[in-house]
Amino acid sequence: MLEADALSVSYGRHRALDDVSLSVSRGEIVVVLGANGAGKSTLLKALAGLVRPAPGGRIAMDGRDIGGIPAHRVVESGLALVPEGRGVFGAMTVRENLLLGAYPTRARDGEAVRLETVLALFPRLTERMGQAVRTMSGGEQQMVAIGRALMSAPAVLALDEPSLGLSPLMVGELFRALARIRAGGTGILLVEQNARRSLAIADRGLVLEGGRVVGRGAAAELAADPAVQRAYLGAAGKAA
Amino acid sequence: MSAASQPSPAPLLRVEGLRRAFGGLVAVDGLSFTVNPGEIVGLLGPNGSGKTTALNLISGALAPDAGWVVLDGRDVARLPAHRLARLGIGRTFQLVRVLSGLSLEENVVAGLAFGREPAWGAEARHRAAALLEQVGLSGRGTQPAGTLTYGDGKRLELARALALSPRLLLLDEWLAGLNPTELRGGIALIASLRDAGCTVLMVEHVMDAIRALADRCVVMNAGRPIAEGPPAAVLADRAVIAAYLGDDDAGG
Repeated sequence: MLEADALSVSYGRHRALDDVSLSVSRGEIVVVLGANGAGKSTLLKALAGLVRPAPGGRIAMDGRDIGGIPAHRVVESGLALVPEGRGVFGAMTVRENLLLGAYPTRARDGEAVRLETVLALFPRLTERMGQAVRTMSGGEQQMVAIGRALMSAPAVLALDEPSLGLSPLMVGELFRALARIRAGGTGILLVEQNARRSLAIADRGLVLEGGRVVGRGAAAELAADPAVQRAYLGAAGKAA
Repeated sequence: MSAASQPSPAPLLRVEGLRRAFGGLVAVDGLSFTVNPGEIVGLLGPNGSGKTTALNLISGALAPDAGWVVLDGRDVARLPAHRLARLGIGRTFQLVRVLSGLSLEENVVAGLAFGREPAWGAEARHRAAALLEQVGLSGRGTQPAGTLTYGDGKRLELARALALSPRLLLLDEWLAGLNPTELRGGIALIASLRDAGCTVLMVEHVMDAIRALADRCVVMNAGRPIAEGPPAAVLADRAVIAAYLGDDDAGG
């Protein structure tokens, strides 16, 4: 569904992303691992149309080229991003934030059903529908950001560290929710520092270092790779 | 106020009956706890339980509706944040709030101007360089802060907070979003601050860090404290598991 080929991004003279290729198919979770500064967020921003990739790369949704088109048209093509730092509209209510997510033409039919699905994923939001988002806690705002992206009826959902700020209990619920979203046929591209949990639910993964892909494979293979264990799963692969 | 049987040092921070409502939502409701000099105390709780509001009340970003924030014997509740900075309370933010139009060095120099041991000019730049080195941003003083990654932005915020020479450092999920290698470095850095005499109150969801660092934990739920004690005991508490941890992270 989502295919990116030879993607590069530079900020001034700094090359943040260098010749990265990846694909996400229907009903599949692909996880992107890497240290802070490895280029993970830049990769998601380039896919979502928030930064312009260097010439020569290609991004396509269902075979249609979406490279370099504005972000709102990327959403219309079926790729939605939950950005790092949430990007919610603080002065608006939870309901308004969620309904804005359903603004794309592709998402207008079935809005009510999807709203129910989102509230089933995050029951906490049900009691907070009329509350201004800026008055909510960080973790609750994160739920709004994920819910808003889901409201756009994405074929591929990209999430930039969605577990950030969530309590351990909520992190568990988030990962179960991601598995349910995948079961509904949505492809998921997941940037996460919680490598243990994300590799446990992912189908495939890739490892970024200095903007380049330095490893890729089945999630189970990556989880067993000593280099990945050392870098992303903690000493001896024991720390959660 | 405390009924402890053993003699304990005078607390550096004593929070007593703290309350703050936003409209009909009581975010912090009767919160009391102490932090002793040289301690690292973890402030835990589910999303929306009032942890960040508590930090905002202690750091002067918000005024409480009721209650006391006693720093070293003096009630400082309702003092503005800049006065509290002078008195020795430094903090970082959950979503990084660096001065993005300034360089890394200028961000830290700004902190140095408002701390307990203010510095200007060449001395400030010298100390800023040392602070940037301490948090792992060595040699990057001229870089614009707006270009930092999330993780490096948090490092810069810590350097700016340390520029206040704080007696009490408030960390709001400072270790979130780090991979295990970075996490080990972050834990070592916080431990080194404690060893250098800094007292730390940290909101944190990374349980490995809490187990490694915290002397005690206070767990909040719906604005109220539900458990307090050493990490091992608190994290095995049934109410804490039910409200906060879930079964996956409980115990071990």
